[in-house]
Amino acid sequence: MRLSPDEMIFWQYDFVKLNATIVFTWGLMFVLTVGSTLVTHKLSRDLQRSHWQNLLEIVVTSIEKQIEEVGLSQPRKYLAFIGTIFLFIAAAALCTIIPGFQAPTGSLSTTVALALCVLVAVPLFGIGEQGLGGYFKTYVSPTVIMLPFNLISEVSRTLALAVRLFGNMMSGSMIIAILLVITPFIFPIVMTLLGLLTGMVQAYIFSVLAAVYIAAATRTHQPKPETESGLAPDV
Amino acid sequence: MDSLTLIAVASIITAGITTAFGTMAPALGEGRAVATALTSLAQQPDASATITRTLFVGLAMIESTAIYCFVVSMILIFANPFWNSAIAQVAGK
Repeated sequence: MRLSPDEMIFWQYDFVKLNATIVFTWGLMFVLTVGSTLVTHKLSRDLQRSHWQNLLEIVVTSIEKQIEEVGLSQPRKYLAFIGTIFLFIAAAALCTIIPGFQAPTGSLSTTVALALCVLVAVPLFGIGEQGLGGYFKTYVSPTVIMLPFNLISEVSRTLALAVRLFGNMMSGSMIIAILLVITPFIFPIVMTLLGLLTGMVQAYIFSVLAAVYIAAATRTHQPKPETESGLAPDV
Repeated sequence: MDSLTLIAVASIITAGITTAFGTMAPALGEGRAVATALTSLAQQPDASATITRTLFVGLAMIESTAIYCFVVSMILIFANPFWNSAIAQVAGK
């Protein structure tokens, strides 16, 4: 019973291993990058545009709207990071339809790497927005006693991100593998559908949580004239 | 009962209990969350986008505790270090 795509090794030289996680990640990177380049190398501004450009525009504008609703007032600055995380995890989940493909996010290595990216990005964006002193002051607010708790919460948030994504993707592929042994006809297809749904939800959750952590780090505590939250409905 | 059997019995029973608790408690929490979300949706259908999004984020946070229990059960069954080291000892003898 294979627990993760790390164990399927394609090629090995000394200690350098080329396992299924790395190969499928490269495949995803290639498809996403080459596909986007092919679609966007000739963009049109008028109403006559290709279907693929429409699709990419829908994706980009909806991610931007979601980032803004989470509380980041200038979504363009964070669109690259959060959008890439969402697209990578969503593409990894969608491609599980392809037979023989194992989602690289079903391996703890990939999810820990993504969570470490968020762990590094939150202070980077926070320092960029509030300055070095302003950002470190948030660790000792409201009192200095909160410093170890804030640090521990940073680490545990990262761990929770990684294990949440890993557990969801790994459980999906393991359920399908077990069911293929027991009832190999209709039921695995239903479970594949469920795995697709949870994969997309987990992609959304990962990116929204990353955006929420960045929003918490970049939120300036000075009194602002306009309302802070964009969530209040217009009456 | 030798140590190999003891390790196996303890791992299997613990994996079962972990999965049992890990599915019960988050299900109760998620049920309460969805019930409250449905109530507020009925009272304010205009805010359905915000409520739905917050509901999904909250459900994912609650679900993650269930996932922790699942991961621990899987480790106990499939990647058990005590079992592996005991097997290696028996094989080496």
